[in-house]
Amino acid sequence: MPDVILDLFSNFWVALVGKVLLVALMIPLIGMVIGFAEMKLSAKMQNRVGPYFAGGRWGWAQLIADGVKFFQKEDLIPADADRPVFKTAPIWVLVGTVALFVVIPFGPDLIFRDLSVGVFYALAISSISTIGVLMAGWSSANKYSLMGGLRAAGQLIAYELPLVLAVVGSVILAGTLSMSGIVEAQIEAGYPYIIFQFVGFAIFMIAALAELTRIPFDMPIAESELVMGYLTEYSGFRFLFFFLAEFANMFTMSAIAVTLFLGGYWLPGFSESQLAYLGPIFLMAKVFVLVFVMIWFRWTFPRFREDQLQSLAWKWLVPLALANILVTATFKVVF
Amino acid sequence: MTIDQDTIRHLSEASVSIELETEDMTLNIGPQHPSTHGVLRLVARVDGERVHDVQPVIGYMHRGYEKLSEVRTYPQITALINRIDWVSGYANEIPFIVAAEKLMELEVPERAQYIRLILTEMARISSHLVFMASYPLELGAATPLFFALRERELILDLLESVTGGRFHPNFNRVGGVKPAYGSGSSTRKLVQDLPAGFLADTRTAVGRVTEAVDQLEDLVAGNEIILARTKGVGILPPEVAAAFGVSGPNLRASGVRFDLRKAEDYLPYDRFDFEIPVGKSGDCWDRWWVRLVEIRQSVRIIEQAIDGIPSGPLQAKVPKVIKVPKGETYVRAENPKGEMGYYLVSDGGSGPYRLKIRSASFSNISILPWILEGVLVPDIIAIMGSLDFVLGDVDR
Repeated sequence: MPDVILDLFSNFWVALVGKVLLVALMIPLIGMVIGFAEMKLSAKMQNRVGPYFAGGRWGWAQLIADGVKFFQKEDLIPADADRPVFKTAPIWVLVGTVALFVVIPFGPDLIFRDLSVGVFYALAISSISTIGVLMAGWSSANKYSLMGGLRAAGQLIAYELPLVLAVVGSVILAGTLSMSGIVEAQIEAGYPYIIFQFVGFAIFMIAALAELTRIPFDMPIAESELVMGYLTEYSGFRFLFFFLAEFANMFTMSAIAVTLFLGGYWLPGFSESQLAYLGPIFLMAKVFVLVFVMIWFRWTFPRFREDQLQSLAWKWLVPLALANILVTATFKVVF
Repeated sequence: MTIDQDTIRHLSEASVSIELETEDMTLNIGPQHPSTHGVLRLVARVDGERVHDVQPVIGYMHRGYEKLSEVRTYPQITALINRIDWVSGYANEIPFIVAAEKLMELEVPERAQYIRLILTEMARISSHLVFMASYPLELGAATPLFFALRERELILDLLESVTGGRFHPNFNRVGGVKPAYGSGSSTRKLVQDLPAGFLADTRTAVGRVTEAVDQLEDLVAGNEIILARTKGVGILPPEVAAAFGVSGPNLRASGVRFDLRKAEDYLPYDRFDFEIPVGKSGDCWDRWWVRLVEIRQSVRIIEQAIDGIPSGPLQAKVPKVIKVPKGETYVRAENPKGEMGYYLVSDGGSGPYRLKIRSASFSNISILPWILEGVLVPDIIAIMGSLDFVLGDVDR
């Protein structure tokens, strides 16, 4: 019987459908878990109870109920909106997230496609969602949305650079651009790269927060200034797409950080055969630690101003990342 | 038709200048907007993120209280003026009642005056705690809201235990304060006083407020991003503030040591020991800080008042139907938002002939076009929030 299943999955098309289904189910699931964690944790931080009634206990079904609610809502499109752009924008935001799952190594052999330029691919593809945001802001025919979209574009340009430069240190140490190659290099070295790449890790996380447009960098949404920024005119399941993409993006960005700096699926003292089935659990645990930090930030900090964000990126993060590359490269050559 | 050289040059220059001119965007902020504290509308002309000018449009909240009070009796009017600045409803009643008493030449019993003073300071604490809650929210931090509002609830519960209302106490009467627990009816005379244990509970509550204020200072003042967003933003020089009639904490933040609690004698503040905090530079940060210190000073006043509250009646002897003798007067008081004054004209009837209400927020937001010129869009919210106005207080 297992042979039959293995034979079935060795068929390219069956395997493809299986993988697509897996990702398609993973994103809503991860979105719901992180969304629920955010609700409960923020409640904890603010002396509240949080969701309580849905599902009977701890309000565990709150996010499911929210999802059902979003699907029931009318799909409103403003009269002056650029309809095709307005309709496709949420899809682009989600596509960027889905595409990132391709290169995340969940275990020694558990990766959708081990690209030789995995890091490069991940950083390039993660920018697609910002294009979706810009499309949403432009097509809504709303001044607040437009300002939100433009802020998002400015933010992307400013923070893409430190994001890319921050990972160069890890790439130099590992000597490969492949995501699983970097994890294997860390296993071989016997330590996660955060030990020598702490600066790179910190810059990566700050830039990732800016890419995710989460507090303290949530100026594109900035509900006290721009109402809801580029999301102002969205409702129903299109809003749900943005919502899901935000939480799934938190996951993927954290997963990349874990892979590059925290040893990915690896924990010291476990053999490769053990990692084959424990790896995904380790990865998830590490990812959720980083996700917790992001949630913690969100409910602690206020937001920056747009010009302060730019000066932080260009005056601090970029020079720091360049210095980090210089030091790392020097050490690599000398030792 | 011939066109001379000058005209051609003129036309070409005109076309060039039109081509290079980028159009400003008119951004309508409000009347329905998350951070306009109600229904204020700002018409902002912006160039990208840079604001060229801002015109506030008010009147969406106008309820005609000045006119309404002309057809109401004096005891009825307190129910209206509670709703002017609803965040500190109790404090609104004081200057009006004092104005009526001044014309009637009534001597208000000491105990009633102390109760008024304690409750006014509690209203000030609750109003400032709302500011402490909403200001970080406008800068993007959601959590301080819950810390500030939790302690405010203690104050509101105590206000309710005395007056029966959390926001609209309607507690003052001409000649004193309202007797508690249904007394005053001719058949049943109950003891007319504060509820049992009120003073002890108040002492505990203000102690907890002090702790909460320390927490808030840690949470907000220790935050680099808040400092970056507020320091040096929205600087209001003292002479400009005075010229626009800005009053209250906003004026004191600009460095003017002027507090009507010291300057006027509407309540016996001269018997208490408290300080008037003033800011140094008049920016958003100073306006936040002045309010924080004012909560601490209010706690000091309340603690002293609890120690020194005399016993005695709560009401002066007043006729059954209150008629204010002919005359006019102006009484102003230091409300949480600034100077609140009532110009009362009486023709000897049971209601005022004319009541002019000078509310703090109206004058405070008249500074908006001046202070918002040339700032960035996020600073509109930061500056507007720091002025701490309430739309009911603007439009009346």
